[in-house]
Amino acid sequence: MTMDEILIRATGLEKRFGDFVAVDGIDFEVHKGEAFGFLGPNGAGKTSTMRMIGAASPMSGGSMSVLGLDPETEGPRLRSRLGVVPQENNLDEELTVKDNLIMYGRYFDLSRAVLKDRIAELLEFVQLTDKADAKVSALSGGMKRRVIIARGLINEPDLYILDEPTTGLDPQARHVLWDRLYRLKQRGVTLIITTHYMDEAEQLCDRLVVMDGGRIVAEGSPRSLIETHTPRDVVELRFPVGVLETITEQIESMSDQTEILADRALVYTDDAEHTIATVTEGSLEPETVLARRSTLEDVFLRLTGRTLVD
Amino acid sequence: MATPLSLRVVEAEARIYRRTWRGSVFTSFLNPVLYLLAMGVGLGTLVDANLPQGLGGVSYITFLAPGLLVATAMQTGAGEGSWKVMAGIEWQQTWKARLATPIGIPSLAFGHLLWATIRVFIVSFSFVIVMVAFGVATPLQSLGALFPAMLVGMAMASVTTAFTSRLKEVAGLPMFFRFVVIPMFLFSGVFFPITQLPGWLQPVAYITPVFHGVELARDIALGIAPAVDPWISVTYLLAWIIGGGILIVAPLRRRLTP
Repeated sequence: MTMDEILIRATGLEKRFGDFVAVDGIDFEVHKGEAFGFLGPNGAGKTSTMRMIGAASPMSGGSMSVLGLDPETEGPRLRSRLGVVPQENNLDEELTVKDNLIMYGRYFDLSRAVLKDRIAELLEFVQLTDKADAKVSALSGGMKRRVIIARGLINEPDLYILDEPTTGLDPQARHVLWDRLYRLKQRGVTLIITTHYMDEAEQLCDRLVVMDGGRIVAEGSPRSLIETHTPRDVVELRFPVGVLETITEQIESMSDQTEILADRALVYTDDAEHTIATVTEGSLEPETVLARRSTLEDVFLRLTGRTLVD
Repeated sequence: MATPLSLRVVEAEARIYRRTWRGSVFTSFLNPVLYLLAMGVGLGTLVDANLPQGLGGVSYITFLAPGLLVATAMQTGAGEGSWKVMAGIEWQQTWKARLATPIGIPSLAFGHLLWATIRVFIVSFSFVIVMVAFGVATPLQSLGALFPAMLVGMAMASVTTAFTSRLKEVAGLPMFFRFVVIPMFLFSGVFFPITQLPGWLQPVAYITPVFHGVELARDIALGIAPAVDPWISVTYLLAWIIGGGILIVAPLRRRLTP
């Protein structure tokens, strides 16, 4: 995998809707062959950024080049080389799976002969060959998502951008999708993924930026972000309702990095066993004690003081 | 050579139509035929008994048929500019999907209007065959009446699309049909000359595209002299088509590529 070629370079990228600043001057680069993620809660500016990359929304400020093209002036040319998986399901529900794919492929002016082979391959890839002639309205949410994944690949894109690809799916359907996306990554397809699921970002992204309030608050590989921004372990303590508020100080004295959430307290530590021992020996009586490794969720929490998914 | 972007939209619409045309047959084709039977034949017998000299010198069904042709084109245009557009921009968001491909807003809008024109043609042409079958006018005259019908259908498609793409609430569409399309169907000279309307209502009928289309259609198919200079009517309808077309782009841009 070569990391030399830069497919996207954004400088001071901005998106405003009236007085509201959705994207507040961000800089990032995406290299060929990598899986690049935008992690952040709803409203962080991820979708606005994706839409600007996809030449589906004008930039309010800054500059950006995508595949060496200017999204503002070369939209149609750029979009012909992109694959897009939008957040919403916008398939034509009345048509069959195959008709949806043919229709989409024809927007790219692909010949019927080319489409015939490619659709067969893509349906195989998303494991929906037997649903080719089924109406989209008869498919489950996870299957519709897979059709959209296939649809986005119809033009063999140089850059594949996915906006919250698994939001709203059950865990099993999410794992099926992750597996497919992972295979694409193995094939060297450059992926850009937005998500507010830290497990999705950890599984799929080589490198990611953490966004909050329209800004990039951290950047790096999932591993390096965790190493840089949090201690190795977390001890989660749950208390009966009403108790947590009364013992805030005691918890904060246990470590210089703690978070008090609505239902539990998090104590960041490099030595979970020692921390647990301190808790059990002391006067605190938590209902449950759980030690685990730090995740991107913790990175976000440490950086912003808020959780990714409310 | 690359296919023009707007024609790719037309092709997609044709693909959808191939799967869904059955549902539209009743409203777009059988309905006007039923009107022709009920009003033209049923009611027409009474009208003709009372008017030995006929309406404009012809029997009621003959008077009615070119009017219904235009009214049918108008309703088809309104349908293409309303439910179809709302599905594309709101319910199914399939128009958003198109905008992730090389297709942009202008080619999306133009392709949509091109397809609406084809739909108006299919429906109107079917009705022309019925007119000929009923012996209302000669095939050539009936085909001639197709021209004003097309203009009216395109005018409605274009203006209705401009209206729908600005709608914030879906509830606006039933209101539009209740208070604009149906009154226009009933009171623009399709079923009776607008001189029968109260004096204050006649100017309202004058500004509808249907009135101008009906006058043109009766002129071409039946030789009934129009109340307005035909060139004024044609220019007026063209203004609706172009004006509506221009007004489509901005709201679609705001809505689909904010």
